[in-house]
Amino acid sequence: MTGDPNRLPEGGRVDRSAVLRFTYDGVEYTGLRGDTLASALLANGTSHTARSQYRDRPRGIVAAGVEETNALVQIDGSCSEPMQLATTVELYDGLSATGLSGRGRLDPSADEAVYDKKHVHTDVLVVGGGPAGLAAAVAASRSGARVVLVDDQSELGGALLSGHETIGGRPALEWVDEVQAELAAGQEVRILTRSTAIGYHDQNYLLVVERRADHLAPPPPTGVSRRRLWHIRARQVVLATGAHQRPIIFAGNDRPGVMSAAAVSTYVNRYAVLPGRRAVVFTTDDSAYATALDLMAAGTAVRAVVDTRPEPPAGLVAAAREAGITVVAGSAVVGTRGEDGLSAVRIAALAADDSLRGPVRELECDLLAVSGGWNPAVELWSQAQGTVRYDEALAAFVPDRCGQQVAVAGAVNGIFDLAGCLLGGFVAGAEAATRAGFEAAVPPAPPYVGDEPPSPPRPVWLVPGEEGDPSVWHEHFVDLQRDATVADVQRAVRAGMRSVEHVKRYTTIGTAHDQGKASGVSATGVIARLLGARSPGEVGTTTFRGPYTPVSFAVLAGRERGPLFDPVRTTSIHPWHERRGAVFENVGQWKRPRYYPEPGEDMNEAVLRECGAARNGVAVMDASTLGKIDVVGPDAGVFLDRVYTNGFAKLAVGSARYGIMCRADGMVFDDGVTLRLADDHYFLTTTTGNAAGVMDWLEEWLQTEWPELRVRLTSVTEQWVTVAVVGPRSREVVAVLAPDLDVANDAFPFMTARETTLAGGVPARVCRISFSGELAYEINVSSWYGLAVWEAVMAAGEPLGITPYGTETMHVLRAEKGYPIVGQDTDGTVTPRDLGMEWIISQHKQFVGKRSLRRADTSRADRRQLVGLLPLDPAELVPEGAQLVPESALAEIEAGTGPVHALGHVTSSYRSAALGRTFALALVEGGRERIGQTVYAPLPGGPVAVRIAEPVLYDPKGTRRDG
Amino acid sequence: MLLIACPYCGERDETEFHYGGQAHVAHPADPEALTDAEWAEYLFVRANPKGPFAERWSHAAGCRRWFNVLRDTATHQILAVYPAGQPKPVIA
Repeated sequence: MTGDPNRLPEGGRVDRSAVLRFTYDGVEYTGLRGDTLASALLANGTSHTARSQYRDRPRGIVAAGVEETNALVQIDGSCSEPMQLATTVELYDGLSATGLSGRGRLDPSADEAVYDKKHVHTDVLVVGGGPAGLAAAVAASRSGARVVLVDDQSELGGALLSGHETIGGRPALEWVDEVQAELAAGQEVRILTRSTAIGYHDQNYLLVVERRADHLAPPPPTGVSRRRLWHIRARQVVLATGAHQRPIIFAGNDRPGVMSAAAVSTYVNRYAVLPGRRAVVFTTDDSAYATALDLMAAGTAVRAVVDTRPEPPAGLVAAAREAGITVVAGSAVVGTRGEDGLSAVRIAALAADDSLRGPVRELECDLLAVSGGWNPAVELWSQAQGTVRYDEALAAFVPDRCGQQVAVAGAVNGIFDLAGCLLGGFVAGAEAATRAGFEAAVPPAPPYVGDEPPSPPRPVWLVPGEEGDPSVWHEHFVDLQRDATVADVQRAVRAGMRSVEHVKRYTTIGTAHDQGKASGVSATGVIARLLGARSPGEVGTTTFRGPYTPVSFAVLAGRERGPLFDPVRTTSIHPWHERRGAVFENVGQWKRPRYYPEPGEDMNEAVLRECGAARNGVAVMDASTLGKIDVVGPDAGVFLDRVYTNGFAKLAVGSARYGIMCRADGMVFDDGVTLRLADDHYFLTTTTGNAAGVMDWLEEWLQTEWPELRVRLTSVTEQWVTVAVVGPRSREVVAVLAPDLDVANDAFPFMTARETTLAGGVPARVCRISFSGELAYEINVSSWYGLAVWEAVMAAGEPLGITPYGTETMHVLRAEKGYPIVGQDTDGTVTPRDLGMEWIISQHKQFVGKRSLRRADTSRADRRQLVGLLPLDPAELVPEGAQLVPESALAEIEAGTGPVHALGHVTSSYRSAALGRTFALALVEGGRERIGQTVYAPLPGGPVAVRIAEPVLYDPKGTRRDG
Repeated sequence: MLLIACPYCGERDETEFHYGGQAHVAHPADPEALTDAEWAEYLFVRANPKGPFAERWSHAAGCRRWFNVLRDTATHQILAVYPAGQPKPVIA
């Protein structure tokens, strides 16, 4: 025997040979394998959960599944997991949990468990492993269709696990075993238990979380991920998701001991646990009579079945009486009493209009099993964009229409008897397989006993309080998680709200962890009553959104964590950068050296030193991350003429040209240098961050507007390594490196390219391109040789003190020359003219965006234009992004009476070794007309005065590019 | 997530594709002949119907070809897929 006093001596689906120790709120208990945490607690006589979140009221376990409202726990452990439901946590040896009042604690420690993902296609996906889902799966599988069956429980059977039905003259669970065996033997069938379909997306795309190790003591077994996210694309879906029992709203309905009747049956039959010793059953429909009989058979004294119907079905009444149970017809529980838990319920007769009649009497009990009817579990159907309609006879919202390839079977379809579930499942499964292109027959429905077609319920959406009106019914709980009551709904309605969506947001009903599984339809019923609507159908439901149950971020992330979250791109020279102690920055996915600090240097010192080397000696940078595209074909020149603002068709072979691309709206999109290698072959470079975007852009125009052009585009970014050798002494380095190359200025002039073989035998394409204004070369070699060539450059330059430099120095050098960086000095609102590049806008051809450059807006004189900025204090560094205002605005800023009009903003800002001072680039309204003016950057420490200058601050005459 | 039948590769998940907005908006043959208003119409004005909508997609993580899709914007049902340059199909 175990130490759990409320465990029945026999029965249930628990393994009595496997006694498990567990701890709840610091107290040690034992349970059995097969228990949930909730069933084990109930077996130990502990039905109380943590108190309610807002009103600190005592609460208890209500349900036996995902619709539980109260029993939130935190699973303790090395990475503790918050907001789990005791009703869905499977017990394992050593489990430790702590009750939560509606709010968990995120564990800051890393989750070391493995989570993974699988993607599968299937012909038929069946969600739900109860009788309808099993019938659908087996009917579909017999056609040869691929079938996936998903169920959230530890074993198949659904509601059959909680009852006494028979199928084919034998216990229903034998039928379940047979079907499961047949499915398991199927070549094309996959059964996923402990798996919850959390999302139903467009075109039958469903997400399923499989809990593979949560039922075992951690850590998961070797090679087993803790949870797995299944991405399932199904030709056909059958939803057999069942139904959730609806609570009834009456005074004191939140007291511990008030439970769902179906859950009570589940605890008795599936877990062999008695949730109470003296019970009252309160129902609006047939289903709770089985609970009353289950309780009596298990040894609980059932004091009464209180049925809202004036004339309950005679057969049920007779069965109850035979078991010794009194049926109180046409009545309702109107209140509860008790200190901490339930000790008595108050009962009164109900009139036809649901008002209370006659005297109220009390019945002592410690358990009230409630059935307010059934809510078909339409959450996934609703996620699939399916509509629901209110069925008056069933008093339930049932699936209506859906544009997806989906069918429903069983209780989710408003079918609550076993024969109907089996038949509906067989039909839905066979039809789904047929629609998926297979020949399927509907299997004959086996004979069954139990769970007869139900008689009509009498829904009571709101049991009136014994006193007052709805505005004071503060203990009629609609949403236990949010502590929201009928009085709260009444306040919302009196504030003028009519839509259930508005009431939901006003009262927060349905917004807690269960997302309204328990409270949503009940709230609709209450609103209908308070508004005087004829039925809940006139009020409607809220929209269900995914996920169906809460899902951890870890399972969504899967293995895409840490280094696998996003690819890291490095050039083949990267190991050298690392050895040299480079500080890296992320440029898109690339790791680029930002600077190479010498011992004791900070970034400023390193950059000033690197800049000095480039301006006065020789320096070298890894420029391999530049986007590179081969543009090949007889029409390549025509094509480039159409996408660049300037001309490329007449560019001489062996020459290079800087170009700007605009979007159709005339704004700068990208820039870079393009070489012409042959009549039909150009080598185009893009900015590092925009390489893929430029490729997309070029392909789009080529395919959609100019398919007649004979041009092919190939991304060759990864194929080439580019080493930029920069500075007045760079020619000496290249001469050593490329002995066959005539490096004299006349023989190898600026903006030309030469093919040569380097001293080490590596073929290379050497260009004279400068992004610094200095004499400079770019050496392009196959990436395979990148590291060797870099090392050869370093060796050749060593006598000259060659200095590696990073992106920060590159930025300073180019900014000193007023070269903009697309994406830093431009932001999608800047035209080439705004950059002061009127010269690059061809007047002799059409190009993408040209027409936009003479729109009224792009012709305005007060557009923001690129200018240089010189702080009046040459040591003051103005932060990038700083706004610029005229002196006249400073008083208003000081007084805090703004807002004031900004003239522009700082786009780049640096310390310059060459200028011996700080400087910046900025976009300023009518900036070129303001050169010489002083404006101000209002900063937290006070306004900083800056003088507007020409953007080219260093070597404006360009005397240095030829060395 | 949409399941899009690329005309060149077959059915693939939406994540392999890039969206390209309304289809059949040709670049004007002679932009210089247009008024500012007409040019602005081409640049900025697009239809936004509830219901069938012809739109461009490219199989960016696949064959990289552009093509057109007729999609119901209310139900996300894909009514037709057809190569770029072909006329919009008539759906009964």
